[in-house]
Amino acid sequence: MMSPTQWDLPPELCCRPMAFVALTGLDVTYNAIHRAIWDAFCANRRADRVPISFKVLPGDHEYPKCRTKRTSYEWYIPKGILKTGWMNKHLNLVPALVVLFYELDWDDPVWKEKQSECATKVEIVRTSLQGRNTKVAVVLIQKKTPLPPGEDLVASERAASLCNACDLSGKSLFVLPHTDHLVGYIIRLENAFYEHAQTYYYTEIRRVKSHKEFLNKTTHQLLFVRHQFKIAFFSELKQDTQNALKYYRTAYSLVHELRTHETNMLEIKTMAGFTNYKICRLCFQHNTPLDAIAQFRKHIDLCKKKIGSAELAFEHTAWMSKQFQSFGDLFDEAIKLGLTAIQTQNPGFYYQQAAYYAQERKQQAAHMCAHEVRYPTPDPLETLSGALDFYGQRAWRQGHQSIDPPDAEKEKVGIQALQVKEKDVPHSELIIALLSNAVAQFKKYKCPRMKSHLMVQMGEEYYHAKDYTKALKLLDYVMCDYRTERWWSLLTSILGTALRCSYLMAHVKDYITYSMELIGRASTLWEDQKSRIEKNLIKVLMNEVPEAEPDCDPASAKAAQALWSDRVSLAGSNRFTIELLNVGILLQCKARFLSPSFHLDDPVQLHLYLKADCPHPVRFSKLCVSLSNQVLYNQFCVVEESCKSQDILEPLSQENMCLVPGKTRKYSFKFVAKTEDVGKKIEITAVDLMLGTDNGRCVLLNWRGGGGDAASSHEAIQAARSFRSRGRVPEQHAQWDTVSIQASTMIISRVPKISVQLSHKPPALSNEMYCICVSIQSNEKTVAKDVKLTAGLKPGQDANLTQSTQVTLNGLEVCDESHPALLPDIAIGDLQPGEKVEKSLYVCCVTTGPRIFLFHVAYTMTTQAEGTDITCKCHKDETVTIETVVPFDVAMKFVSTKFEHLERVYVDVPFLLMTDILSASPWPLHLVSSQLLLAPTMVALDEPQSQVEHVVLQTGECASECFSLQCPPVLNGTSSVASGQYLISWKRCSSCADAPVVTTVVTLSHVMVETIPLYVHAELPSFGRVRESLPVRYHIQNRTGLVQDVEMSVEPSDAFMFSGLKQVRLRILPGAEHEMLYNFYPLMAGYQNLPLLNISLLRFPTVSGQLLRRFLPSRIFVKPQGRQAEDASIAAA
Amino acid sequence: MAVCIAVIAKENYPLYIRSVPTQNELKFHYTVHTSLDVVEEKISAVGKAMADQRELYLGLLYPTEDYKVYGYVTNSKMFRKLHNSFTDVMCNPFYNPGDTIQSKAFDGMVSVMMVQAS
Repeated sequence: MMSPTQWDLPPELCCRPMAFVALTGLDVTYNAIHRAIWDAFCANRRADRVPISFKVLPGDHEYPKCRTKRTSYEWYIPKGILKTGWMNKHLNLVPALVVLFYELDWDDPVWKEKQSECATKVEIVRTSLQGRNTKVAVVLIQKKTPLPPGEDLVASERAASLCNACDLSGKSLFVLPHTDHLVGYIIRLENAFYEHAQTYYYTEIRRVKSHKEFLNKTTHQLLFVRHQFKIAFFSELKQDTQNALKYYRTAYSLVHELRTHETNMLEIKTMAGFTNYKICRLCFQHNTPLDAIAQFRKHIDLCKKKIGSAELAFEHTAWMSKQFQSFGDLFDEAIKLGLTAIQTQNPGFYYQQAAYYAQERKQQAAHMCAHEVRYPTPDPLETLSGALDFYGQRAWRQGHQSIDPPDAEKEKVGIQALQVKEKDVPHSELIIALLSNAVAQFKKYKCPRMKSHLMVQMGEEYYHAKDYTKALKLLDYVMCDYRTERWWSLLTSILGTALRCSYLMAHVKDYITYSMELIGRASTLWEDQKSRIEKNLIKVLMNEVPEAEPDCDPASAKAAQALWSDRVSLAGSNRFTIELLNVGILLQCKARFLSPSFHLDDPVQLHLYLKADCPHPVRFSKLCVSLSNQVLYNQFCVVEESCKSQDILEPLSQENMCLVPGKTRKYSFKFVAKTEDVGKKIEITAVDLMLGTDNGRCVLLNWRGGGGDAASSHEAIQAARSFRSRGRVPEQHAQWDTVSIQASTMIISRVPKISVQLSHKPPALSNEMYCICVSIQSNEKTVAKDVKLTAGLKPGQDANLTQSTQVTLNGLEVCDESHPALLPDIAIGDLQPGEKVEKSLYVCCVTTGPRIFLFHVAYTMTTQAEGTDITCKCHKDETVTIETVVPFDVAMKFVSTKFEHLERVYVDVPFLLMTDILSASPWPLHLVSSQLLLAPTMVALDEPQSQVEHVVLQTGECASECFSLQCPPVLNGTSSVASGQYLISWKRCSSCADAPVVTTVVTLSHVMVETIPLYVHAELPSFGRVRESLPVRYHIQNRTGLVQDVEMSVEPSDAFMFSGLKQVRLRILPGAEHEMLYNFYPLMAGYQNLPLLNISLLRFPTVSGQLLRRFLPSRIFVKPQGRQAEDASIAAA
Repeated sequence: MAVCIAVIAKENYPLYIRSVPTQNELKFHYTVHTSLDVVEEKISAVGKAMADQRELYLGLLYPTEDYKVYGYVTNSKMFRKLHNSFTDVMCNPFYNPGDTIQSKAFDGMVSVMMVQAS
């Protein structure tokens, strides 16, 4: 009969059909072995086990009787499409296989008797299943483990005899040894059962199919549908889902081919709905969700217009709602099994649509069932069996298939009964459940707005269901979203519902809040409505009962009036604080500090703007601004009726407390910040405004921060961009939109009136004591007390700079590493107005590069602001970037005594060290002195004296020195030796006389020293004269420990004649020196190349004559023949 | 023909919204507002994948039972007309971008595109 769940799909339709196998002969209550067997069948039925539904039945169970088989359909007229009991019958009542369990061992002593007992039991089952194709199988429960097949001759013989006695095929007899491996045996058994079951369903399908040839299209239309549905259902039981889907699809199209009329519409829709459900379910199961969706769309399109009886239109919407809901459920279930849904295609849409139809149903029900009619007696919905025979038929005319109802009166009463029943349906509950399902889905698929929209609908439904608390909770929750998105039309509609809710509950605070927002500018209500709401608001503030909201159910409004009256009489609880976070209400408020920062000696100025957006003027009783940091300041920022504070710039009047609609009113506040607040931020934490009075109701509006609402920041940007904001408006009537909120300000120290000047001569030279002169002059009008200078390297630069920079006030000595990079708090004392002080700071920079130096002057002074003395701490910072450069570059080289460049020097052979000092300083340098500190591996040939003492180098000038040196013998033949250090003492020419001298140390480079086996040097006069004898003495030293054979020869030259050995071979003892004397006789004047001396060592062929020649002079200047001498000789003659 | 036309600012508030007067205006407002979910999702997806290939056409935003909601469509004359008219509004030196649209010309164009209330 009609139940509240009339539209729910029957559970036998929604379940997954599984083969039904009945187990008999098991005593699961008293027999432990039987219990264990049954448990093994039932327990752990996971997906890997075959899909069978087992049931234990007694051996003599009566199975549903089989109707006698119809031999002809000729005179048969079907009464409906599908019987209500059919699916259940095949799922739970008619087994595919009945299994008889029987305890019997092969060697049972009373085998014969037992065999016949078993045969009897089989017979009983068979009788009960008369006419059905249900299979029967026997399972022998045995205590002994069976022998392998073929070995137990007794067993095979007795098995054959038992089969014979029971009329069983060998395939239907099973043995179940009751041993340890029970579960394994059971799984093998059930697989065998499953095969039998499949055969059974196969024959059933064949059986139903065989009916088809007897049917004709005119009278048996219903049977076509029924048979296809049955075949499909059997296919499902057989687990052949592909074919099942195919047959369901055929069934579905056949349903829509049926002739429809008002009387069978419900039946057709019901069957269409069932078949559609099966198709969609199988499509999802086959992982073809798009097919499911397409089928469902088709289904809806086909059925949408099949409303049926107009008086029962709510039935159609109920059915539609259910269609969407069950599809949503199927979709959701598929998602839980791994399907992925998307934002635009998810179950939420189906639930939403289901909710929509549920809402329609509710409206139709309200419309059609409004008349006061008693439920008719006798009950037209009553049937004999208590249930319908066919799905989707009417109780009062079951099986009726013709176009017109058989009895118009019965029809009318039946419809009436259905309408009365519909009245009792909890529509709101159904709608809310569907909406909340949809909300959950949309939340999952990133549709926040859809979610909000559905929540609004839920809220409205709660309102209709008179559950105002829940309605308000939901509406309140989403209001905020609409506010931030600035969809005012939607917000206004929600607020309207919320206002009604709060009115009906007489919630004073909520009522005030919603009214205020509805009067405000965000609301899209017409002016007359706003005016009505404001009048009500004023009444509430006066502690009176407001007028009822329109559109309220009159009965509820009446109840609400009573509630409000109670509230009025109730004393106390008449103060309300309403926090306005982003909520735009009838008043707008903006607060701004005039500047983002104020100097300590300037008063902090704060403007507060108020504007009323309501249709009627508003009077307030108190206004105060709360600031952070200091409660101290708040006293300066209050406007109160009784207050006569002089800190408020505008004179107080009653006018001041009244806000005229559309006019902006400005309140100015001013106060002096405290010295402790320097460097701190002062924020407006809240603006509070009091409406109403203490004798009526009192509402404290609280704006967080500097006021404003969801729209104001956007409006400020818009206004700033607008062409209208070109400042034509006088300040007093400042355009509201152009006022931007400035909710915080910084208190900063007073501007110092002191000058700090630096004089110095950049760049600094490395290592010098660089002098920076700081002059501080006070321009204050009062004494600058306790002046302190902090000077040096500005902190926060490269850490290496701190290591390589030293600062001192004493310029007479060179800094060392113990000096700091920054000198803090150098006391200067007090400075009288106009007084000037100078300080010299010396900086020593070890490395080159830029450095930032800081000069920080701090002092305290007293000044007046707004008539009070305040002590200000002032400071002034001056920074300067100074580059450090090297004063000069030093270059050095080794040359031979012939000023030839030397790659390497030779032991005990003199050579020269030459140094060049190249000034790189832009300022003249005074070289005080230089000094050569030789390493022990080198000796000076004479006492080295500085040759650059007191030389002044201009930019780019170079000073050179030359030292004659020699290397003592080295251990190995060749090695690299240190040369020593070169010290240059210098200072700037411009520095004062007692400035310290800077000593720069240059480390000289290493040089290669080589020992040579033979040394040759010549002794000859500094010049020759033509045709005068020029004696040349060559000294050849053997520097080895061996006797050396030396071959030497003198090559002939055009410029000289000579006497002496032209070619000679000598032998020189170790350490000895041989002397060769030649008399050269110059023939030509000028620089002449001396005749080449070739020396070769027989023992050291590597030592070439060329190398040795380097020690010898290569040419000599020959003077021409003296004329005087000639004259003298002539004279003598 | 359209039953409701809305121009939405990039901050998601309506610059212009008009629907056929015979029907429930509020319902259309809700429909437009909820379809912004899809617009937001599509735009953010485009931003991630192919910023330069940004397609103005957002297509069918979402199907309701009774109406189809489309995002800016360039392949039909209808939306091109709307776009041109909107461009005209933006070109007006007295129009401040971000303000709601109050233009007779725009109104007229929208009226042409709407289902005529009979």
